Amino acid sequence: MYAQMIKSEATQDDPEKLAAFQARIDANEKIEPKDWMPEGYRKTLIRQIGQHAHSEIVGQLPEGNWITRAPTLERKAILLAKVQDEAGHGLYLYCAAETLGVTRDELTEMLLDGRMKYSSIFNYPTLTWADMGAVGWLVDGAAIMNQVPLQRTSFGPYSRSMIRICKEESFHQRQGYDIMMKMCKGTDAQKRMAQNALDRMWFPSLMMFGPSDADSVHSEQSMKWKIKMNGNDELRQKFVDQTVPQAEYLGLTVPDPDLTWNEEKGGYDFSQPDWDEFYDVLKGNGPCNKERLAARNKAWDDGAWVREGLMAHAEKKRAAKLAAE
Amino acid sequence: MASADPYFDFLLRMGDNTLILGHRVSEWCGHAPVIEEDIALANTALDLIGQTQMWLGLAAEVEGKIRTADDLAMLRDAWDFRSALLVQQPNGDFGQTLMRQFLFDAWHLEMLKGLIKSSEVRVAEIAAKAVKEVQYHVERSGDTVIGLGDGTAESHAKMQAALDLLWPFVGELFTPDAVDDAMTANGIAPDLNDLRTAFDTHIGSVMTEATLTIPDSRFAHKGGKSGFQHSEHLGHILTQMQWLQRAYPGASW
Repeated sequence: MYAQMIKSEATQDDPEKLAAFQARIDANEKIEPKDWMPEGYRKTLIRQIGQHAHSEIVGQLPEGNWITRAPTLERKAILLAKVQDEAGHGLYLYCAAETLGVTRDELTEMLLDGRMKYSSIFNYPTLTWADMGAVGWLVDGAAIMNQVPLQRTSFGPYSRSMIRICKEESFHQRQGYDIMMKMCKGTDAQKRMAQNALDRMWFPSLMMFGPSDADSVHSEQSMKWKIKMNGNDELRQKFVDQTVPQAEYLGLTVPDPDLTWNEEKGGYDFSQPDWDEFYDVLKGNGPCNKERLAARNKAWDDGAWVREGLMAHAEKKRAAKLAAE
Repeated sequence: MASADPYFDFLLRMGDNTLILGHRVSEWCGHAPVIEEDIALANTALDLIGQTQMWLGLAAEVEGKIRTADDLAMLRDAWDFRSALLVQQPNGDFGQTLMRQFLFDAWHLEMLKGLIKSSEVRVAEIAAKAVKEVQYHVERSGDTVIGLGDGTAESHAKMQAALDLLWPFVGELFTPDAVDDAMTANGIAPDLNDLRTAFDTHIGSVMTEATLTIPDSRFAHKGGKSGFQHSEHLGHILTQMQWLQRAYPGASW
């Protein structure tokens, strides 16, 4: 997901306070920033919301890669609007994280020096125009699977940002699928691009949900706190069940020879992605890790004089205003 | 080469300016100094591409519906473009991008204010829609020029360098040629000479507040809006922008 492998913090708080806190969560009350919360809850949320925010920001890059090459004015406008939304999502999420006592600059520094991660999916390249379709259809589709339930998450600011984000994400997914439809009804070359995009992005999309719950040591506490709403395998299954018929409708072949409908469970049986590849990507060995982080570092470093200049100006204005009073 | 119809040429000028500048600004996507600027730059590019659709859409109609707005954007070679040299200039650093934006916005605002009163209803309608967006663009770019000009010594120096670099591209926007004269004569577009006064007042006050010095020269490069002699940059912009349409002719996207 946009937040993967989030480590839950063990918590050593007063048992009475903890029980009262858990009772509030069980009663579906929202926890607000000024409320008491276990240190572990706070730290886990900072990590999760921060990683989600970073994913939105780094996620601008693979799609930004095609804005200047979009094939029509309308497609260019839609893609611009989408990438702009993603920056906006990043902003809401950083604001939500800031209510937990960390600054946006601190989070940014942790992204840039590798202490914090972003979703593995954004370390894959976007190579043809069909990738703009596949990213919307598969990547945003997978994100929605996780984010819709997160609208009910226990932390108020996170829940409210999810509600705003989900509205826009469903538009993103539709525009992605629309690109795929156009490609699949198009020329042979366009169909080939569409199939090629699905071939490359299918398994990385399945990885977005994170490793199997059996291997996910941090899930249990997060689910108890309603920071994580569903298991990884459950969401992955739901995603496959939703996406396979869409691929069939497009006339595309899901690149999994073992994909079969299982009547008994009412869902598809499918192959697991290569989890070694997933861990390699997390370690920095994905196809684009270095480029993505280098691009974000360059933007930050090149922008330092701009941020300093604007701050200095604001300070001068404030001083002038004070002097005039 | 001017086309036979100055009205068509005029519409291309409006649409090509917004198209090429929109393209340039969109190059920033994901690379801005802060998220708020990423959002603002994408938003500006989006407005400019939207305006392009209107101007080139009308140009295509005026031409006789042989081509669409997309055909005009994606299938003309550089010499048939009518964008001013200013908008073709590379982004440079963030300050240079915002200086280019402000100089263009300040011209664009006056131009659109004049076009609202156009004798051509369709032109007036597009201008009325666009002017609301551009009013916001110029406020934002002007504020940023002020903030960085009157910021640190480093930001001041960078903004002065950007102004010095881009100033020679301003004059083209205000220098009337046969197309402009024809547009003024039939009331489609305002007299460019008249716009200059308002422009000079506007940028004069912004540059003063930004503690920047406008170069004491009216020298103006020309050749963009006439298409006679574009910058070398334009061809490279088109190799990216038009690549898919050129590589897969006739495909629908």
